[in-house]
Amino acid sequence: MTTIADLRQGQKGIIKEFSKATPPVKLLELGCLPGNVVALVQVAPLKDPLYINVNGNHIAIRRAVAQHIALELVEDTSAP
Amino acid sequence: MNKTIKVALIGNPNTGKTSVFNQLTGLKQKVGNYPGITVEKKEGRCILPQGRKAQILDLPGTYSLNTTSLDESVVTGLLLNKNGKDYPDVAVVMSDVEHLKRNLLLFTQIKDLQLPTLLVINRADRMAHKGITLDIEALEKALDTKIALVSARRGEGIPHLKALIADYASLSAAPILHSSRIAPDYFKALQEAFPDEAVYNLWLGITQETHFTSTAEQPDQRVASFPRKSKSELKKLQHRETILRYQFINNALKDIYTIDFRAAQGIRGALDKVLTHRIWGYIIFVILLLTIFQAIFDWSSYPMDVIDTQFARAAGWIKSNFPPGVFTDLVAEGIVAGIGGIVIFIPQIAFLFLCIALLEESGYMSRVVFLMDRVMRPFGLSGKSVVPLISGTACAIPAVMATRTIASWKERLITILVIPFTTCSARLPVYLILIALVIPEGRILGLSYQALTLMLLYLIGFGTALFAAMLLHNVLNSKSRSLFMVEMPDYQWPLLKNVAYTVVEKTKSFVWGAGKIILAISIVLWFLGSHGHSQAFINAENIVNTRIEEQGLSLHSKNYIQHHLNAYEQQLKHHSAHTPNSLTTEALQDSIQHMTHSLKEKARAQEVASYTLEHSYIGYAGKAIAPLIQPLGYDWKIGIAVLTSFAAREVFVGTLATLYSVGRDDEETLQNRMAAEVAPSGEKPLFTLASGISLMLFYAFAMQCMSTLAVVKRETNSWKWPLFQLVFMSAFAYLVALAAYQLLV
Repeated sequence: MTTIADLRQGQKGIIKEFSKATPPVKLLELGCLPGNVVALVQVAPLKDPLYINVNGNHIAIRRAVAQHIALELVEDTSAP
Repeated sequence: MNKTIKVALIGNPNTGKTSVFNQLTGLKQKVGNYPGITVEKKEGRCILPQGRKAQILDLPGTYSLNTTSLDESVVTGLLLNKNGKDYPDVAVVMSDVEHLKRNLLLFTQIKDLQLPTLLVINRADRMAHKGITLDIEALEKALDTKIALVSARRGEGIPHLKALIADYASLSAAPILHSSRIAPDYFKALQEAFPDEAVYNLWLGITQETHFTSTAEQPDQRVASFPRKSKSELKKLQHRETILRYQFINNALKDIYTIDFRAAQGIRGALDKVLTHRIWGYIIFVILLLTIFQAIFDWSSYPMDVIDTQFARAAGWIKSNFPPGVFTDLVAEGIVAGIGGIVIFIPQIAFLFLCIALLEESGYMSRVVFLMDRVMRPFGLSGKSVVPLISGTACAIPAVMATRTIASWKERLITILVIPFTTCSARLPVYLILIALVIPEGRILGLSYQALTLMLLYLIGFGTALFAAMLLHNVLNSKSRSLFMVEMPDYQWPLLKNVAYTVVEKTKSFVWGAGKIILAISIVLWFLGSHGHSQAFINAENIVNTRIEEQGLSLHSKNYIQHHLNAYEQQLKHHSAHTPNSLTTEALQDSIQHMTHSLKEKARAQEVASYTLEHSYIGYAGKAIAPLIQPLGYDWKIGIAVLTSFAAREVFVGTLATLYSVGRDDEETLQNRMAAEVAPSGEKPLFTLASGISLMLFYAFAMQCMSTLAVVKRETNSWKWPLFQLVFMSAFAYLVALAAYQLLV
């Protein structure tokens, strides 16, 4: 299973599902919904937290949360 | 029909809510707290067209009505309590044109509360820049509301917004999402159980996490007792609700709102590449920190010196222009000095909040949080604790106030509790004089022992803060989980108006909140230091005069006079060598005699002051605690200094100067005098490596600052935490100092 935590910088994916039964509702509120495109913008030192762009919302989340957001990778490498 | 309209301003963080609030209200703002909690309550008045008035309540920023923090629960609690005094006539929901989709989530929830609701879309000026097109009329129809398109930074669209507020009665209060779709059966049962109430309000009442509220505005108990579903089932339904709402929003915005990403331009990408870079990011952060530090530590020393001299001058003026007596003393030495003790912090507070407001407004603060989060995590803190902790190195007071940006109450409390361990600037004079006294001169690897000791003291302070945080993290239990999700807003130029408001507001809240307590304690300390009931205190002047007549001045006073006379003679010689014949021998003799006389008088006054302080209430207190502090290597004089340090740590130096009868401004003499002081037990000097280090460690750890206690009381809204700090830190300081002395002696 590929998750947000597996993305390389600049790589994109489409959110498929949450592997944990109930992720924080706030995650959904901030735009992390199945079907939305997510891109990894930047990774902090020690590989945590992750700075992502999901549907135009720029947020930082911890790796522990990111590991539960399953993705389908998008191969497209053109400009966002 | 001329009653004041109650307006609640609600919105996601980073939508420019504060700018709109400032635009609407100008300086007519009032900042307070919600009853019983520490969430800031900002209110302001606004004049609308046709002479109508509005009372605007700026609610804390929130992403939804599903509460996960204290701030958010204030919003939900307030909107659910129809009979509350703050319940609004109209809800004004803020949004940002670039993040309209996400911002509308909260809008749809509020609309479903069946409250007249209008929508503000901010940052209209950036639409072209970001390739956004928006059909306002169609959107108004789709959302069943009125929309004000504004640009708060430029003040555009504000009159239209005011007109819409004045006309709030014509707004629709109908829900837009059939909330029963979330869980049809459950909602039906709910409605049947409470037929008189709006079903969505009931639902929010059930799902609201109430454990962090001690507010008066608790949700309805009857409703809270209804849940026939488990917590995780309710959570799932909340997910379902969020997804349904996003579906609704996506449909509503289709064809109405488009973003052409190819036209979008911005500096975010380029700036983030540098500012959040794993090397450059840290380097830039450190440079910024050093600048902030410089501002608080160095630049503010100029206004602080001015304040210091002006208050001293005012006190002197009062003493010489009013009839002598207790009342004049109270005003000059208690009240004026006490107010001076408050005003002196204003430059530091203003500088720190100026820097913080600039960092926040520009969007950089979120990047700091991002960079530092992982580093702080082992200590139970998050990236948000970094700036407050580091500003504590200048002064704990603004630092404690800076913790307000931390959303999680537990994290904020831990940060507040450990800040006073970091080495604040008031400890510096104490450290410097003790280091010069007990640490030998000499170098290792080109670094002097004395400098290394000072550095070590700073490191110990910071290390202890982190260690204590870890300890507290494991000890304190809190039901509110820390959800680390930080929005990374776009970069923008800070708005001068917002920055200025923040600085003024924080400074005011310090002066009125903590200032009262600081003033009260300084009056008490003044009283204890200048009053006594013993014969020795009352007749201090006579006793000392008699003693001087009989035995002459003390040895130390004689040395003091000799030292100054020698210096004076040198100066005179130097002078006459350069300008021969300017002074006759007689005049020289005369001037030396004059100097001797005034030095003797000064020495006598110093001995009286020393004797008076020794026999004042606080002097007796110092003697009373002497047995307690003797195992740490201190005598009663140090005891008094430790007690008076409670006014501010640097008072240590001044108190010792008074006790040793040397001028307060005479650091070198004080140091010599301290070096000559003999321990009560016998021949050994009082200040040795052991007692000096013990004393430095005591100052490093003890909670000795009433101003910090006052500000912690204000920020935590109870005496519990400042008292805990006082007891815990002082006990810890005592034990460490004891261990250090006993090991080294």
